[in-house]
Parts: sequence; structure tokens; C-alpha cells
Amino acid sequence: MTLVEAINHTLHQEMERDGKVLVFGQDVARNGGVFRATDGLLDRFGGRRVVDTPLAEGVIIGTAVGLAAEGFVPVPEIQFLGFAWQAFHQIAGQLARLRYRSDGRFGCPVTVRAPFGGGVRTPELHSEALEAQFVQCPGLKVVLPASAADAKGLLASAIRDPDPVMFLEPLKGYRLVKDDVPEGEHLVPLGKANAVRTGDDVTLIAWSAQVEVARKAAAVLAAEHGVSAGVLDLRTLVPLDIEAIVAAVEHTGRAVVVSEAPQSAGFAAEVVATICEEAFYSLEAPVARVGGYDVPYPVGMLEEHYVPDAARVVAAALRVCGEGA
Amino acid sequence: MSLDLELAAAETVYRVLSEDGSALVAEPPDVRDDDVVAVMAEMVKARVANGRFFSLQRQGRAGTYAPIEGQEAVVAGAAAALDPAHDWVLPQYREPVALGRFGPEVLRTYALYQRGHPAGGHFPAPVRVFPVQISLAAQIPHALGLAWAMRLKGEPGVACVFFGDGASSEGDFYEAANFAGVLGAPVLFLCVNNGWAISTPLHSQTAATSFAAKAAAFGFPGVRVDGNDALAMISVVAAARERAVTGGGPTLIEAVTFRMGPHTTADDPKRYQAPEERAGWEGRDPILRLRRHLEGRGLWSAERQAEAEALAAAEIDAAWDRAEAMTVSPDAFFDHVYAEPTPRMVTQRAELRARLGLDPDPGTGTGTGTGA
Repeated sequence: MTLVEAINHTLHQEMERDGKVLVFGQDVARNGGVFRATDGLLDRFGGRRVVDTPLAEGVIIGTAVGLAAEGFVPVPEIQFLGFAWQAFHQIAGQLARLRYRSDGRFGCPVTVRAPFGGGVRTPELHSEALEAQFVQCPGLKVVLPASAADAKGLLASAIRDPDPVMFLEPLKGYRLVKDDVPEGEHLVPLGKANAVRTGDDVTLIAWSAQVEVARKAAAVLAAEHGVSAGVLDLRTLVPLDIEAIVAAVEHTGRAVVVSEAPQSAGFAAEVVATICEEAFYSLEAPVARVGGYDVPYPVGMLEEHYVPDAARVVAAALRVCGEGA
Repeated sequence: MSLDLELAAAETVYRVLSEDGSALVAEPPDVRDDDVVAVMAEMVKARVANGRFFSLQRQGRAGTYAPIEGQEAVVAGAAAALDPAHDWVLPQYREPVALGRFGPEVLRTYALYQRGHPAGGHFPAPVRVFPVQISLAAQIPHALGLAWAMRLKGEPGVACVFFGDGASSEGDFYEAANFAGVLGAPVLFLCVNNGWAISTPLHSQTAATSFAAKAAAFGFPGVRVDGNDALAMISVVAAARERAVTGGGPTLIEAVTFRMGPHTTADDPKRYQAPEERAGWEGRDPILRLRRHLEGRGLWSAERQAEAEALAAAEIDAAWDRAEAMTVSPDAFFDHVYAEPTPRMVTQRAELRARLGLDPDPGTGTGTGTGA
């Protein structure tokens, strides 16, 4: 099934499993979500559990905090990630911290779903990659599936997790990403990276839609350059699978980190710093980053030059392998 | 000005033309016939542009489009009551095709926006129209800031901000309206109540009896006006403007209308809207309504209509041809992030240019093509 179908299927299963799971947000009920991620939930579970909210992101997240404190399991949707900024005071200042500021009395088992990243020529503020901003909010977990099977396994884990999770779905991959998804219970633990391709010469580290870019680059590196590249899908940025990163880099001695967000202080920088701290003496070359530029996400005519593509990843991998520019 | 906003601030919807345009039910606005004819032509242009941008999107030549169909009188009528030399307009995103009163550059720039060209991001100086706003309600505090600034500078203008029934649920609306009341700032809060926020109907958006009623809590008048009645729009906006520039403070104007199309080209109202609801509004078309009135007064005719449509098509085609012909340097997204780029941006730009086989030095004039 496609990635968005996997999300929809998992929401059905989790709402079936746990009567406390609630889905709400803009256009999620009657319209089934603008990407149809929540299609059919209203018919199956009714208007008490599947709710169209007024158009106000702050109150969507803020009410999730209160509902969670009373024992519900909210799965609110932010329609496009750029609108999460209108809820940032509730996400960063409240959702992330309720456990901490109530000295453990209240947890926030909330899973905030939102599309992530660009590549489909959307209007402004529909293509943001804000993962690093959420990572900077201790208390939040940050999860980014790259495959349909992982979308199911990670979403189910996120909903069952006792802490708030930002569940960021690759917008470009909603219908493009298609793979086999287990029908029954399928849980992928938060904090476990996935070695989607093994390789001996260089490790390509990515998350969300950039995993597919890294896979394409790895195929080109093998076919055209005789370079054996492994691809590590981090899956979750918080918690981070440091062990998997270190093991991969110790094996290859070289790494390229691929991400979509603006480069400066992006999450790729955190990965590079972690490698420097934990695997420095295994490195054969400086770690490279391929990412967005330090500019706001560009308009449609220009986005193809902004989002990393396989050619840029190949070039960076060859550079760290000492094989040309 | 004959209209008293304090008295109009009731639950009734202010109307000048009867629903079919055949009769006057209130005193018409104090404007010249030529100006009303210009509003008519602008509405026709907006309707033609609407069809054109819709089909360009379907052909894959233009980006996602938010139709204005059915709401032309709200925008063209309001604009007719504003002073393009002194007032600011802050659109949401449906309005630019009907803001020709603020200059032909508005449509030309909007064509670039629909094309996905960076030069579509701003209306060139001195046009007093803010960039379209995608983050709903975010422009409302900006309007208050502009109005506050004009008052500090002793300038005579107002800021007229458009936003929808959906956007009125955002905190930015309440925060700005509350502060505007405190400051007594010259802001016209123009809430375009078109019945739907994508799939969310009014009763899921608010339990208030009207959007205008919310003004009571801010301490200034709120008035409901028939948004499909261009003459009523002119009257109400003119009265609110007069009040604002003479120190009377803000007004909340709720224009009652209907979104006759989908939310955007990416939306399908059949999923959530009963067809009868739209059908019920077809007889209240704002263009037919004003047309009947003008024809009754000998100011419009079938020939005038055909002429206006042809002029509109020519203007839009010219705007679109220009937009499609306008090139852009592939590294133009580095322009205008800061007044001066950071050292890292300079490095990144050189890397991109080298990758694309361009001279590493961007030099000058490689930007977004603005002003062209």
C-alpha cells in the first residue's frame, strides 16, 4: 500500500484497539483530511472521536494537552507543517513540557501528525522541514517514516508511547512511496535506525524522503563508480540511535548526511557532531553534509535546485571517498 | 456619508440592491457613475481571470489556485471605497484578481505568483498591497502595525485587511482586533464570510450569531454587509474608512457571501458540501446583480459586457504571457533573504552555481527579475 494508505490503515487499527484514541484537526473528519489520511474514520468511529476543529492550530495542540492529562490519547493533525508555527507556543512551551513541569503527574501521550518536506510545488509554508526545531524541544520525540511499512510500525508505536511525538510524514511520498505493509500488529520501536542498504566504503545517513534519494545515490555509486555505499535511515531523531550511527561509520570510515532542511544548525549538524564525538578515530575523511541551503523554502520554479537530489549525494560521497569533486 | 455604522451594527445584513438587482432598498453610495461602472468591469475581469487561472492549473502551467468566484463584489466593492494613494490593503489569497484599483501591477504580479516565480512574492512599490498571505490570519496584526505607523506619521490612510471566516478562529485575529480597539487605530477588519473553510462549515467554526457580533468584545462597531452587493460593500467600507481616518477607530466588517468554487484547485467540495447549498446562491450572483442595476440605469449593456470580457481576457493573457516568458536564475532563492547574504550563503550559492555550470560569481542583476 502507499504511505498515506498505511497511515490511514494504522489510524483505523489504533482507534479500534484503544477507545481513548481521538483524531482531530482541520478538515480531518468530513473531508477525510486534505491528503485523505483520515478518510473513513468519521464513519467508523463517529463524531465524538473524529472531530473537525475550527481553524486554529494553537487550540488544536493546546486541547490535546488537556485531553491527554485526562487520559485520552489525542492524535491531532497539523494540515501543513508551516502552520505548526502558529501552534509553536503550545508545542514547545506546553506539550513538550507537561510531564516535566507537573513533576511527572501528567504525561502527554499525544501524536501530532503533519506532512513534512517539499518537492511537489506547493504554495508557501506547505513544504517546510522543521525537524531540528522540534528536536530542540526536550520532551518531544521526533519520528519520520520513509516507507509505508515503517509509517505503520512507527505510527502505532508513537500512538502507544507515553510521551508526545511529532510524527512527520513525507509529503512527496504520500502516494509515491509504496511497499508491503504487514496487515496485523506491526510495531517498529522508536529509537531504532534501519540499515536499508549495507555498504563498505561510505555510509549515507538520511531520514524521511531523503532516504529514497540516498538509495538512488547508492545505486549510482555502485553502478557507475564502483563505490559501495550503505544507507542508514534514522527513522527517529529523538530518540537517536547513536549505536547504529557509530557502528555504520566504524565500518565504512566515511559518512554523508543528507537532509532537506536549511543547512545551518540543521539536524545533520547534530549527526556530524555525534560522529565526531563517538567515532572520530574511525573516520578516514571529514563527514559531508548535503542539504537545503540557508534560505526560506523556495517558490515552485526554483525548488528542484533546493531539495537534495541523488547527483548531489553522489558528488559528496565521491568527495569523501577522495574520488574527485 | 449616510450610513451610520453604530446603527448598522445589528444582526441584519446591510444591503443596497435587492437580491436580483432590480431595485434599490437603501440609499446608494455617494460615488460617481463611472466609479460604479469601473467596479463592474473589475468584477468581470476577476471572473474571467478566475476561469483562466483554474484552467492554467489544470494544464500544469500554473500552481494551486484559490478561486474568487462569487466573492468578486466583496473585493472590488471594498477597493472602490479605499484610497490607493494612502490606504493599505492586506489580502489573504483570493483577492488579488479583483484589486485592479490599486494598479494593473497587482494582476501582473499575481500571474507571476501563480507561475511560481519569486517576483510574484511582492507587489512592486508604490502599490500599497501587501503580499498574499498563506498562513491564515497572520496578516491581521500586520494591518494593525501599518495603521499604527500611519497614525504615528500623521498620514491619512487606513489599513484594510481581508481574512476569512476560518481565519477568524486564529489567535492572531483576536489579538490584533483587541489591540486595535485599545489603540483606536485606523484598521478595517474585513471578514469574508464565504460559508466554508475548506470543508468546515460556519457552525463548526463559531457558535457566535455572526462574525460582526464579535466586535462588541473589542469595543468597536461590527457590521454585516451583503458581500454579493457591490454597492453595499462600497457604502459600508466608505463609512468605516471615514470613521477610521477621522479618529473614530477600527470597524469589523463581515461580508456575507459564498465560495462558489472549491477551496482551491486541490479541493473537491462534493466530498462535504450538499449541492443544494451552492445552488441556493446561484441566483445571488454579484455580477448579475450589479449588471441588472446598471442596465436599468443605462450604464451597462450586452455590448458593454462583451467588451469588458474581451478587455479582461486580453489583460490576463498579457499578464500570463509575460509571466511565462519571464526567466529566473536558478539560484535566485538566495536573493532577499537578508539585505546582505551571510558568508555561508555566499559559499552555498557558489557551490550551486558551479554545480549548474554557471559562473561561480553571481555578479549583479541575476536576481528575481523584479521590476522587469
